[in-house]
Amino acid sequence: MIAGRTFRSRLIVGTGKYPSHAVMAQAHEASGADMVTVAVRRVNIADRSTESLLDYIDTNRIFLLPNTAGCYTVDDAVRTAHLGREAGLSNWVKLEVIGDERTLFPDNEALIAATRILVKDGFVVLPYTNDDPIACRKLEDAGAAAVMPLGAPIGSGLGIQNINNIRIIREFSKVPVIVDAGVGTASDAALAMELGADGVLMNTAIAGARSPVQMAAAMKHAIIAGRLAYLSGRIPRKLYATASSPLEGVIGT
Amino acid sequence: MTITLNGERHEITEPMTVDALLALLAIDPRRVAVEHNRTIVRRPRYGEIVVDEGDTVEIVNFVGGG
Repeated sequence: MIAGRTFRSRLIVGTGKYPSHAVMAQAHEASGADMVTVAVRRVNIADRSTESLLDYIDTNRIFLLPNTAGCYTVDDAVRTAHLGREAGLSNWVKLEVIGDERTLFPDNEALIAATRILVKDGFVVLPYTNDDPIACRKLEDAGAAAVMPLGAPIGSGLGIQNINNIRIIREFSKVPVIVDAGVGTASDAALAMELGADGVLMNTAIAGARSPVQMAAAMKHAIIAGRLAYLSGRIPRKLYATASSPLEGVIGT
Repeated sequence: MTITLNGERHEITEPMTVDALLALLAIDPRRVAVEHNRTIVRRPRYGEIVVDEGDTVEIVNFVGGG
């Protein structure tokens, strides 16, 4: 549950970089996601032939989350968020204020400022941030409805780079924690959930897989498995063995 | 007359409402958001707001993204 709204799935997926809109729709179905992200971009005035993304998303079943991808300043992010709200069906926004082109790491200072502005403008803000527990705390204080620390750079497929920080963020946060960015394969998603994340957001891991539809299904299972494992109270890690079978009654002793 | 449309110079023959501009460009008004001189135009006002010489218009829609 985020900002009073309940979602059936803890997996949020993107709509970018798929081989086709049709494959995207199949992957969404396989993933079980009921929230997807979209980007806000200028209409291509010259080329009106491109298919509309929304023809492939049933917005009665799937909640659209506009993002502010590509924004490097508070001003651009706030403008884009407002445009996204106007074009879309809700006041939710995945807020991104990017600090660097190569890493696409967030500019936390600008992100926190933009969060404050958009919260005041009535938005439900889900900020994409890094694995810094202090930045997450400041975002929460600024009114973010959730915090979304990255696992690794967007599209990198490196998995969770800072396991301890994600765990700490989960411990400190009173709002939902969604690991967003860097997931590469199913075990990365499962790990995020085992660390206590409330959800995982991914795009490239599915869209860029050799079989996006199959990977979407894998991710669906990974999220479920990771969450169940987290709730089940795992055994502690030990340096040496503790036998699982009884020590007495062995023949030949 | 020249306006700035999505960052580019664009020619229109006369001042026109947002509605008329969208129709001219064959853009479905239900799937976009429009900004006129840095102010968002609410959909009910598409028939009211007039785009004139020198104005800046942004027309955006949703595309794939993460």
